[in-house]
Amino acid sequence: MDATTAITGFVALYIFMLAAFTGYEIIGRVPAILHTPLMSGSNFVHGIVVVGAIWALLNAATPLEQTIGFIGVLLGAGNAAGGYVVTDRMLDMFKSSDRQD
Amino acid sequence: MVNFLIAAAFFVATLLFIYGLKRMASPVTAPSGIRVAGWGMVIAVAAAFLYAFDVRPAASEHLGTNFLLALVALGIGVAWAWRSGKRVEMTGMPQMVALYNGMGGGAAAAIAAVELYSGNAQHYGFVVTVLALVGGLIGAVALSGSVVAWAKLDGRLNRTLRFSAQQLVNGGLLALAALFALYVLIVGAGGVPTTGITLFFIAALVLGVLLTTPIGGADMPVVISLYNAFTGLAVAFEGFVLQNPAMIIAGTVVGSAGTLLTFLMAKAMNRSVSNVIFSNFGEEDDGSGGIEGSMKSVDASDAAISMYYGSKVIIVPGYGLAVAQAQHKLYEFVKLLQKQGVEVAFAIHPVAGRMPGHMNVLLAEAGIPYDIIHDLEDINEEFALSDAALVIGANDVVNPAARSNESSPIYGMPILNVDHAQQAFVVKRGQGRGYSGVENELFFADNTHMVYGDAQKVMVEMIEAVKSLGNA
Repeated sequence: MDATTAITGFVALYIFMLAAFTGYEIIGRVPAILHTPLMSGSNFVHGIVVVGAIWALLNAATPLEQTIGFIGVLLGAGNAAGGYVVTDRMLDMFKSSDRQD
Repeated sequence: MVNFLIAAAFFVATLLFIYGLKRMASPVTAPSGIRVAGWGMVIAVAAAFLYAFDVRPAASEHLGTNFLLALVALGIGVAWAWRSGKRVEMTGMPQMVALYNGMGGGAAAAIAAVELYSGNAQHYGFVVTVLALVGGLIGAVALSGSVVAWAKLDGRLNRTLRFSAQQLVNGGLLALAALFALYVLIVGAGGVPTTGITLFFIAALVLGVLLTTPIGGADMPVVISLYNAFTGLAVAFEGFVLQNPAMIIAGTVVGSAGTLLTFLMAKAMNRSVSNVIFSNFGEEDDGSGGIEGSMKSVDASDAAISMYYGSKVIIVPGYGLAVAQAQHKLYEFVKLLQKQGVEVAFAIHPVAGRMPGHMNVLLAEAGIPYDIIHDLEDINEEFALSDAALVIGANDVVNPAARSNESSPIYGMPILNVDHAQQAFVVKRGQGRGYSGVENELFFADNTHMVYGDAQKVMVEMIEAVKSLGNA
């Protein structure tokens, strides 16, 4: 646990509230054609979970914790990398059709 | 110093995530948006390895092994996902999104498991334990649920598993998971109830499976979006457990954005989210009993020629077009019509393809310009003014039963008014029913003609028919 940034109690609630509004605002004004790429893009963003999994694995003290931590990093890495590639491919098509216009 | 570096890296990463998502919200800046967010991820992951400088005393003797394990897991995960993501066909994107999402949920559940089994969460008190448990539950449900959704969309699981009192069983499972969680909380102050934690996760995983199996294929996009929001929330909760602000903010942003997106998708299909999850889609009478008349078929060339001599044609593309990979041939045909002076427009139903916006992606792949692609609201009035409507591989989204037949399971869903066009040509592989299993009245209408065949082959025949006219 990172001692320089303790997030507890009301500070945690404030962060939660502000972040929730941010997400709502980002999606709220989006044209329907971008819904699938954005869903895929947000799917990529929660791939940040891999960072937590790395922390859990580095701090694992028993074989059980190491095994679960290993699986966690594996899955999280798949989420991040797969989410990136799929979103990038989807959005690339918008770019190429722009050029042809 | 190391702690400062980690905190600064996470701050930059979080900033890049939000800025990247913001850029993704406009078609012009979207392609750069994912790259911006991608750099955020690279920075965050690199910083995460700095955690090695400050590990728990109990783990310090395993540090070398753990560091190596982390690198190996990261390498395998990235390599596999990168390859599979590059290889998948555009039509297969939705199920890959489901699969990657499930992996994220699984990673969140894994973090919860490590923190609970190690007794670390319990050590930090009641609130942290509750957050770890809730995040673990949501993450595990998202994992098993997404895998079922992937299997269904990928055609690996075709059966829609339903049994009586299913909602009662699901409620029971949720109660059971809550009970195990409570047990972990109570015992948690004094020790680590390994069996209780294991049973808790098993109950959550089974719940995810049973929640998803009864849901019909047509509703699957809504479910994937819902699980995407679930994973976001799970990541945020585990972020609180680990005191990781990047996970908290990124997870919460995705949680709320995903929830809103889920409601938008459900609204496009005129279904409520609870209706999707607890529905009986396809179970009731399909409401087809009263259809009169018969289907009339016509050759592809005849259909093409009558469109060639029209002045306004509206094309309704569906998933069948994408499966046949016919969008390029279709555009070739459209260009021939346009050369003749025919006004051509595309009408996209909000759930055409398998997800909102999916069809736009597929048409963009073929290079079809934006300005002739229209949403349902923009174009629905124009069907009455058009000479012909060409429906390719779409079915439920043009079924007039949604407007008129209250007993139909798709009643109330907004549809494209193809039946208002002078005449309609429907390109279809065979006489089967649509994704929802409902018979389509449109196909039996007097001014509808069916063109049977694979969409790609039909388009080639249409192009040839029109070209031979041009040469004559």
